[in-house]
Amino acid sequence: MPSPLCLFHGKLFTIALAFKKNKTMNVELKDIHKTFGAVHANVGIDLVIPAGTIQGILGENGAGKSTLMKILSGFIRADHGDILLDGRPVVIHSPANAIQHGIGMLHQDPLDFPPMRVIDNFILGRKGSLLTGQAEASREFKRLAEQFSFSIDLESYVDALTVGERQQLEILRLIWLGARVLIFDEPTTGISAAQKMRLFAALRLLAEQGKTILFVSHKLEDVEGLCNRIAVLRQGHLVGEADQPFSTKGLVEMMFGRPVSVGERNPCGVGDVTVSLSKLSVEDYRLKVRDVGLDVHCGEVIGLAGMEGSGQALFLRAVGGMSHTVGGKILVNGHNLIGRSYQVFKKHGVAFLPAARLEEGLVPGLNLTEHFILAEEPKGFFINWDKGRLLAQERIKDFNVRGTPANTVESLSGGNQQRALLALLRVQLALLLLEHPTRGLDIESTIYIWSKLKERCQQGTSILFISSDLEELLQYSDRVLVFFSGKVTPPLEAASLTTDKLGELIGGKGWTELSSGKGA
Amino acid sequence: MEMNTLLIGLAGVLATAAPVLFAVIGETITERAGIINLSLNGTVILSAMGGFTVAYKTGSVPLGFLAGMVIGAIVALIIAFSSITLKRSQVAVGFVLALLCRDLAYFLGVPVLNQSGPRLPSLSIPILKDIPVIGTLFFKQDLITYLSYLVIFLAWWWIFHTRPGLMLRGIGERPAAAFVRGANVNRMRYIYTIIGGAIAGLAGPTYSLSIKAGWMGTQSGLDGIGWIALSIAIFGGWNPLRAAFGAYLFAFLQWLGLVLQSKLPGVPTQVLQVAPFPLMILTLLLVNISDAEWVERILAAMPEKPRRWMMKLLRALRASPPAALGVPFESE
Amino acid sequence: MKKNTWINLGFQAGALVLALLITTLILVAVGAPPLKAYLSILSGAFGSTRNMMAVLITWSPLLLTTAGVLITFSAGLWNIGMEGQMTLGAIFTTGMLRLLEDAVLPPALIIILGILAGIIGGAIWAALAGALKTFGGVNEIFGGLGLNFVATALTIYLVFGPWKRPGVGSMSGTQPFDESLWLPTLPGTELSLWSLLLSVLVIIVVYFLLRGTHFGLRLKAVGKNSRAAFLMGVPTWQYSMLAFLLCGAFAGLAGGIQVMGIYHRLLPNISNGYGFLGLLVAMLINYQAVWAAPIAFLFAALNIGSVQLQILYKLDSSFAGVLQDMLVLLVLLGEGARQRFVKKD
Repeated sequence: MPSPLCLFHGKLFTIALAFKKNKTMNVELKDIHKTFGAVHANVGIDLVIPAGTIQGILGENGAGKSTLMKILSGFIRADHGDILLDGRPVVIHSPANAIQHGIGMLHQDPLDFPPMRVIDNFILGRKGSLLTGQAEASREFKRLAEQFSFSIDLESYVDALTVGERQQLEILRLIWLGARVLIFDEPTTGISAAQKMRLFAALRLLAEQGKTILFVSHKLEDVEGLCNRIAVLRQGHLVGEADQPFSTKGLVEMMFGRPVSVGERNPCGVGDVTVSLSKLSVEDYRLKVRDVGLDVHCGEVIGLAGMEGSGQALFLRAVGGMSHTVGGKILVNGHNLIGRSYQVFKKHGVAFLPAARLEEGLVPGLNLTEHFILAEEPKGFFINWDKGRLLAQERIKDFNVRGTPANTVESLSGGNQQRALLALLRVQLALLLLEHPTRGLDIESTIYIWSKLKERCQQGTSILFISSDLEELLQYSDRVLVFFSGKVTPPLEAASLTTDKLGELIGGKGWTELSSGKGA
Repeated sequence: MEMNTLLIGLAGVLATAAPVLFAVIGETITERAGIINLSLNGTVILSAMGGFTVAYKTGSVPLGFLAGMVIGAIVALIIAFSSITLKRSQVAVGFVLALLCRDLAYFLGVPVLNQSGPRLPSLSIPILKDIPVIGTLFFKQDLITYLSYLVIFLAWWWIFHTRPGLMLRGIGERPAAAFVRGANVNRMRYIYTIIGGAIAGLAGPTYSLSIKAGWMGTQSGLDGIGWIALSIAIFGGWNPLRAAFGAYLFAFLQWLGLVLQSKLPGVPTQVLQVAPFPLMILTLLLVNISDAEWVERILAAMPEKPRRWMMKLLRALRASPPAALGVPFESE
Repeated sequence: MKKNTWINLGFQAGALVLALLITTLILVAVGAPPLKAYLSILSGAFGSTRNMMAVLITWSPLLLTTAGVLITFSAGLWNIGMEGQMTLGAIFTTGMLRLLEDAVLPPALIIILGILAGIIGGAIWAALAGALKTFGGVNEIFGGLGLNFVATALTIYLVFGPWKRPGVGSMSGTQPFDESLWLPTLPGTELSLWSLLLSVLVIIVVYFLLRGTHFGLRLKAVGKNSRAAFLMGVPTWQYSMLAFLLCGAFAGLAGGIQVMGIYHRLLPNISNGYGFLGLLVAMLINYQAVWAAPIAFLFAALNIGSVQLQILYKLDSSFAGVLQDMLVLLVLLGEGARQRFVKKD
């Protein structure tokens, strides 16, 4: 039994909370600017969100959505501009300070404590007496959970919960802490349909109660179905707002911009099928990608499109021999490599270039010469440093890497690191797998890298690459696969796609038309 | 062996476990916050020497214990500073400090070597001491042993039943999430490391002022206790109760070695004395084995019933460290 | 670039000065005259031919253990188990010699076999620690420590049990071997040129191994970013095991030399802290093999020199350890301070 003193303090706190703040809050963002080095992530954003609204925030990767939300939730401070809550300008110092102001954020990967129980996660961080007050917290939890029809076992450990349940826990916790503004970052990635229904019902109820909801997502159907209003960001700017009823075409146009005329694609000869995937299935704790079939021809380029977390990274790594596959066949030049180790894949001419250049692709602390020597088959026992340096110089020149053989890799710019990664590849490859090959690079580097990749195509290497740049996908791919929540389209001829159509597919719309016989 | 001798022997086990307990509990607290204090071996030896010296010079036993705590806290402060502020490798600094404290103890302890000094008197608790069996076992000890019982309970209560303790667990598991919930991660890491070090600093004086009174330099038998404590902290799964079990188990094995010594004349005494050390460290194998891939394969091949039983056993043994142990924290 | 080198040197020199300052304070606290104490260390190390020989004798096993540490650290491993590996080398060498001491074989051959046995013994012990890590998930620090204790127990068991001297087993070890089985020494001294030669050879080999071979480069890659190394095709766990084996081999060699060149028998604590000391040297030289020889020499000199301290001022010889540990600690901290200092610019 908690002591009477504890109960008294608890009650005082709740009463104080109720009197001090009313239950609703209007949010206004005024002329928000944020720059990271050379990147202007938020350019003069003005947005008014009245209480009780479910506001959708739509935009591509890199459009500035997460920066804006980080500013509002206290992770970073804006360089310029104001945040007004109920008309009063506020300064938000930290995420904990944000919650004190009544702003709570639910991250795509919930910031909770997996090895601890649900009740522990619920209580942790809430101010109060020395004792945890578990009994009272349990009561509050059950009361709130009933309101939203959530059912979560208080005693179970968070790492045993599904993503949807972890979200529900976080919602209840933030409400209990007095949040009146809730920001949801890509909440429908990785949850079941039933959980999505429950989530939407909860959000509508919260809005009815007067809470302000910000719903950040790339999934058009969800945003259109749930939100009262939608704001679209592109390249740091707020390019438009829309009210119900929404026009998908209009939203896509705002998100991706006017379709650009696609440049010429080098047609690669329709040669033999070098890589064949049949009924390939991969899964991890969030996603299941099932039964993908694909025949890749000699020198062909296949683009993998989709927002992050849709399954393309998982798929790509499986094709490279690095993800645990659940079933299917991967045939490279006739050899079935499924279930074999990464070394075996390498031996058969499959190479993988990760997006995290310094974390996975390069070894910080070693210089370029050392990398080139590492990448080659070791000849003999001793390293011939002169030969190595010459090789490095050759490749550096060949790939236009701005650096000397003695430079350590961490001193190179992103573009040069990517060129170095490409330069490290051995000459003849059957299949080259690239994760975001030109992410964060300037135009010049992008064009150069693609010219090098095309050279390889002419030599017979097939390429599978992931990109979030629609223009890049359409310009360089022969065919495209689109991923959405683990589902994969059949291979589509890039020539027959427009950026609009591609954008739609990425957002999850227009898939049903595909099954009626479209595509190659 | 007759009952009374057995009971007295076991009571002795509880007393000799006390230094290990302090070291283990102190380290458990430190590691819960995400910091590894690898200097334990040195801290124990240095605090033993320091505690005895202060008690010897001042004649006051409590001051000796206090000195031990201060020494433990200072060493812990160096560890905290080098890991949190200077972001050096915790393993490297901890290891060097372990050696440094030990060498300092041997060097500075020469003046008090083999001197007889004050000693903590025994203090039986009235009434409780007369309970059959339990009385002889638990309540005819000295103050510091009673304190060791208290420390186990306090640590367990703090970590699992208080609000700040909940936050402590959060910091060790996922500092990013704790930060979002208002924790000043680095400051709390400093505080808990120092507290953990102070508690561990009680281990040495417990030895030199109670169990084996006096400072005997290299013959004190303290070299190695700290390493054992580190592995018992892991074995204990960062839970004070389970860690206490490990400490008592270790002390029991040592006592058993002593007892068996007379029964097994063929085996040299030193072997039996040393035996518990590798045993405890090799228990780490049990603690991590369920994660190994080849074990998973073997389990998958076993028939249903034995597999379930095996998995239950392995899961009970499992000890997962606080996820952020040893990783420096950067708020964006 | 030049400015950086000066800053580096500045911080390292600062660490050295601070270390000396603190140890001076410690000396004052114990009531010893600091300047005289340092001078007596110097004379204790270099004052006579006998002392110099002692330094060289100490230098040799330290060089070997340092060389071993350099290899495992390259692979990102903390091989604290070197004490045990050295002990096992000594045990195996003793075992081999005991086996063959009455055989009709040329003593030179027996000695060589003894050395080989030592190498194998150390390598096996290191492989155990490696296997515990690779297959059992046991952190190599604790695996190594545990095996250190087992090695100690094993030694004591042998010395007081099956290998005990006729009569009563004692802490002074097993029955000494016949002189013919001693490593040949310089006449009039206890210094064996062979051991010196071997150790210098090993450190040179390790230097070239790490700097100039594919194996060394791949080891470095595994140590700095095992994920990227794996993606580039390096078989990571095999390389880790190989690093353990090599390090154990060197430690075992040191142990074997201790038996055959210095003590001529097995005794408890034959590893004498060389394993830990090798770690310290490696940390101080920041894992640059080129500095191994001089710094190991310095540490050996400190060890021998401080024996003089004991004789003259009745101070414990662990003062050498204090000085060595303090130096390494301050250099480590100094490196951290330097990084913060440079970042602020």
